[in-house]
Amino acid sequence: MIEKTAAELSQALSSGVISSVELTQSYLDRIKKYNAELNAYITICEDTALSQAKTADEKRAAGDSSPLLGVPLAHKDIFCTNGVTTTCGSRMLHNFVAPYDATVVEKFNTAGAVMLGKTNMDEFAMGSSNETSFFGPVKNPWDIKRVPGGSSGGSAAAVAADLCAMATGTDTGGSIRQPAAFCGITGFKPSYGRVSRWGMIAFASSLDQAGPLCKSAEDAALMTNVMAGLDKKDSTSIDKPVEDYAATLNDSLQGLKIGIPKQHFAEGLTAEVEKGIREALREYEKLGATLIEVDLPNNHLSVSAYYVVAPAEASANLSRYDGVRYGYRCENPVDLDDMYKRTRSEGFGDEVKRRILVGTYALSAGYYDAYYRKAQKIRRLIKNDFVEAFKEVDVIVGPTSPHTAFELGAKTDPVTMYLEDIYTIAVNLAGLPGISIPAGLSNGLPIGMHIVGKDFGEAKLLNVAHQFQQQTDWHRQKPNFGQEG
Amino acid sequence: MEWETVIGLEVHVSLSTKSKLFSGTASEFGAEPNTQANIFDLALPGTLPVFNEEALKMAVRFGLAIGAEIGERSVFDRKNYFYPDLPKGYQVTQLDFPTVGKGALTITLEDGTEKVIGVTRAHIEENAGKSLHEEFSGQSGIDLNRAGEPLLEIVSEPEITNAKEAVAYLKKLHSIVRYLDISDAIMAQGSMRCDVNVSIRPKGETELGTRTEIKNINSFRFVEKAINSEIIRQQEVIEDGGEVVQETRRYDANKDITTSMRSKEVANDYRYFPEPDLLPVVIDESFISAIKAELPELPDAKKERFMQEFSLSNYDAGVLTATREMAEYFEEVAKNCGDAKLAANWVTGDLLALLNKNDMEITESPIRSERLATLISRIKDNTISGKIAKTVFETMLEDDAGVDEIIEKKGLKQVTDTGEIEKLVDEVIANNPDQVQQLKDGKEQVLGFLVGQAMKLSQGKANPGQVNQLLREKIQ
Repeated sequence: MIEKTAAELSQALSSGVISSVELTQSYLDRIKKYNAELNAYITICEDTALSQAKTADEKRAAGDSSPLLGVPLAHKDIFCTNGVTTTCGSRMLHNFVAPYDATVVEKFNTAGAVMLGKTNMDEFAMGSSNETSFFGPVKNPWDIKRVPGGSSGGSAAAVAADLCAMATGTDTGGSIRQPAAFCGITGFKPSYGRVSRWGMIAFASSLDQAGPLCKSAEDAALMTNVMAGLDKKDSTSIDKPVEDYAATLNDSLQGLKIGIPKQHFAEGLTAEVEKGIREALREYEKLGATLIEVDLPNNHLSVSAYYVVAPAEASANLSRYDGVRYGYRCENPVDLDDMYKRTRSEGFGDEVKRRILVGTYALSAGYYDAYYRKAQKIRRLIKNDFVEAFKEVDVIVGPTSPHTAFELGAKTDPVTMYLEDIYTIAVNLAGLPGISIPAGLSNGLPIGMHIVGKDFGEAKLLNVAHQFQQQTDWHRQKPNFGQEG
Repeated sequence: MEWETVIGLEVHVSLSTKSKLFSGTASEFGAEPNTQANIFDLALPGTLPVFNEEALKMAVRFGLAIGAEIGERSVFDRKNYFYPDLPKGYQVTQLDFPTVGKGALTITLEDGTEKVIGVTRAHIEENAGKSLHEEFSGQSGIDLNRAGEPLLEIVSEPEITNAKEAVAYLKKLHSIVRYLDISDAIMAQGSMRCDVNVSIRPKGETELGTRTEIKNINSFRFVEKAINSEIIRQQEVIEDGGEVVQETRRYDANKDITTSMRSKEVANDYRYFPEPDLLPVVIDESFISAIKAELPELPDAKKERFMQEFSLSNYDAGVLTATREMAEYFEEVAKNCGDAKLAANWVTGDLLALLNKNDMEITESPIRSERLATLISRIKDNTISGKIAKTVFETMLEDDAGVDEIIEKKGLKQVTDTGEIEKLVDEVIANNPDQVQQLKDGKEQVLGFLVGQAMKLSQGKANPGQVNQLLREKIQ
């Protein structure tokens, strides 16, 4: 049962095949058995999960038929959860307990989903391999010598290894889509502003967006139905009506125009990933879609622009971690400066410190125009590239990552690591929705296909992803990990 | 050498919104420390700002009141620096696109002439909290009640040339924001604060000299003293062959000197950048015109009206419109007694003298406007003379009985009975034959003396007009 999609579990719960308490217990048992090896969870909420499951069963018995009622999920440890530690993968917040729920958490609570625990992540969501976590790296269930991707690595590994039915994540430059690709699951980043950021710990405010990591595009639609919507507490959330994303999943793709960006099939892309994606595209042709080459001429600038804008915003967003009010504080500071310096030196890991330094530098007097202002200009160029491309096509498809999951410790040079997100970053800079779905295996490792939609074109994007999954069963493939029991 | 001074002022007024600039927390003055700070004010992770539109309306009100350009699109920026009373590690302010652009206000100098002082801009920003160092030995306390309160920072052009002008400018700003009801602007409580930029240069020179900034002065009087002492200091530095250093200074009121706080070498690089958690604030014409329609009458317009409508002098009208409360008080007296001129004389004369003597504001006046109006009415209807009215006024300070009751009790009612007045006049004529003769000979001034004698005899109660008339009739 635990390997099923959320949509299937929802049916099983509603037909009484299984209760939420039984289902929750199965996941908790599996977490107990396998989490030590995967390190996907930082916090497990056994008692509250079971009590939420009990409530869900009661509600269902009373006639409540909310789709995700009683379905067990995990939250990335970047979402604040009332009364439960929220670490953001950092020593700085290792002891932080928020007295409030993030809007995303509150919405899943209202929908009746059961929270199994909080998942591991790169520290403050800064990383593409989940190796920067203060709580240690997460292992990829397809090969535990490999990384699950990041920063939502814990959520991706937990979904892939069936340590939960579904999970939340956040995506600033690819942090949902790249781990989804590496772990062979579905990961969806909605348009910027579609999901409230309130209570989600900020990395780069103008890029951060929450979204689902799950087992199918249909599950992504069900989760987005819960997560999306205007939130008065987040001024950047958008006042646009939320569609029923599940309603249009079965629309025909006859006549669909798919853009193939030549820049995403160029140097750097490994042969096996290219092969996988090309084959997947043929499936779309079978469904009646046409492939049209599109040009994203400024794509090569996206990583550079991103590594100015994101660290600049982060340098300010992370200033609040000063040891004064909450979180980590160094021992016996002699004065204020000493407290600041040691608290932040000891509380943050290397990658976080590196980005704070880069961001501080980029905003410094005399450098602002050369870096921050220029990066913002590039951002507009990149956005414009997409606007132009979408005049010709309905969606844009390419690889999520140039390669499959790499080995732990394989990438020690930060710039090499930053290039991990070469296909995904531009989508954040442009604020567009993007999804990664499994599209093949290479040497036993999943290949992720990246589909980008128009601004607030969530429904079309999910429809396109779902139709592929109706045609193929790559999303049903499971790693061998944990199959013995 | 002859020097001239160039002064620019940065004034912070705390906007009297019901809640803070970006959180729903109330912002009352004087609450217990940290009782007015919510999770956003404490900068807990994941919390986000929501702009309080009331602050925007207040800023636009101010902008319209000084005839300023209103920014159709204002943008918030983060100003980054570390301090324990700044929870987020940055202050949200407006750098390149403030809500209020260029405007101007008119000040009246001591000699009665007027001068226009340009306002460069006014931007909305949030206040920091307060660090308390004295109360805790070996530790510092942080009070975040004030953190996130909305401020309007009003920046003047460097067009002020001496301390008196600076004070006149400040008082005018104070008056305007209070007329607009957008701030209490109480300097002693910090709801109005002032940073002064001062530089000097040889008279006639066009280049500006190096300026110093005197921070956080908390009274009009200290602003004047601080500027004067800083001007002298700068003159001495230069005349001794030194150079003025660009730095921030503090005014020490006890010693009446300014002292260095920090020099520019260690000044912060604030690394401003647009606040990504807030969208630009876009204002349209209808938003502005709605606010314009609700603007109250402002001091300059009111003064003009007082002069026209009540035939008041420029000076009196200026005094009576200096504060909104003063103008309101005066208008109530004038309306209730029906004689604006007399009302103006009483308010600017006896009442103001009384308030000044006791260092009171008009709002603290021991004589309410209705009582003063009744008093004036009794002069008008000849119940008492103007002179007796002064006695009644004195009595009103100790006795809160009604004006009529006091007049009655003390027997101060004016004598208007012709028979009684005739008796008085006859007595005066009998007692002063020489003066009567002089008057007959055409020495007109003597009439005043004789009237005075009659008034004295009646203990001030006789109607002076009637006395005057009768004396004339009898001495023909």
